[in-house]
Amino acid sequence: MNSKRPVNLDLTTIKFPLPALTSIAHRITGVILFVGLIFGFWALDASLSSPEGFEAVRDTLANNVLAKLIAWGLLSALGFHFVAGIKHLLMDAGIGVDLEGGHRKAQITVVISAILVVLAGVWVW
Amino acid sequence: MVTNITNLGRSGLSDWLIQRVSAIILAVYAVFMVLYLLFHPGLDYATWSGLFSQTWMRIFSLLAFISIAAHAWVGLWTVSTDYLKQAGARFAFQAVVMLAIFVFLVWGVQVLWGA
Ligand code: HEM
Repeated sequence: MNSKRPVNLDLTTIKFPLPALTSIAHRITGVILFVGLIFGFWALDASLSSPEGFEAVRDTLANNVLAKLIAWGLLSALGFHFVAGIKHLLMDAGIGVDLEGGHRKAQITVVISAILVVLAGVWVW
Repeated sequence: MVTNITNLGRSGLSDWLIQRVSAIILAVYAVFMVLYLLFHPGLDYATWSGLFSQTWMRIFSLLAFISIAAHAWVGLWTVSTDYLKQAGARFAFQAVVMLAIFVFLVWGVQVLWGA
């Protein structure tokens, strides 16, 4: 891409339609989930290692505010990535692939994810 | 078709498919885990480790871990080729991701069969 044509990649001057925002959020949550795997594997490992390990995980999730925040954050990321992922698969299958459908599905993604984020918060606390 | 690339399936179409199949497996596993935990509010160690001592649960979990490995590799490979234009940085990033995925896989197998 060394051509001399003018390009505008100044992200601050580009207006992002909602589907663009949900798309980048899907990517960001994907990366977050990958990093978050370490907490998931740690919790699984500890909780299955022994009754004491199980209690330690339970206790941490019940009383440690930081652990609660991480759990909530990861569940929220999973919720969004999940909903946007399903939307992605639907569009791959050719469902709703037009401007209007794209907008509506992006809106639905945001609404369902927001509900899941709240529910995840209720669950953790 | 361009095939001289470093992605998982050596072709974009194959990677695309791997990404979809692994996404569906992960979706099923995630829904299962969330529902299981929701329906066992007072979960204790015996029930929890009992679940993971079942052969089907170990197979299901291993399938999910392998799906995570494939899904994350394809996904992060794509992300790295989008943003890291400098070959050395891209390679370093991919090496770290590869190592992390390997660790998660071995760790996962050990958790499933070591208990
Ligand atoms: C531990 C779990 C997961 C991790 C670490 C993860 C990570 C990622 C990453 C890093 C990407 C690349 C994003 C991009 O290229 O912009 C991605 C893409 C994707 N994820 Fe996930 N993901 C997980 C679970 C799921 C689940 C449960 C679904 C269920 C629907 C899903 C569906 C998708 C789809 C459809 C794509 C492809 C997007 C595209 O082609 O642009 N993922 N994921």
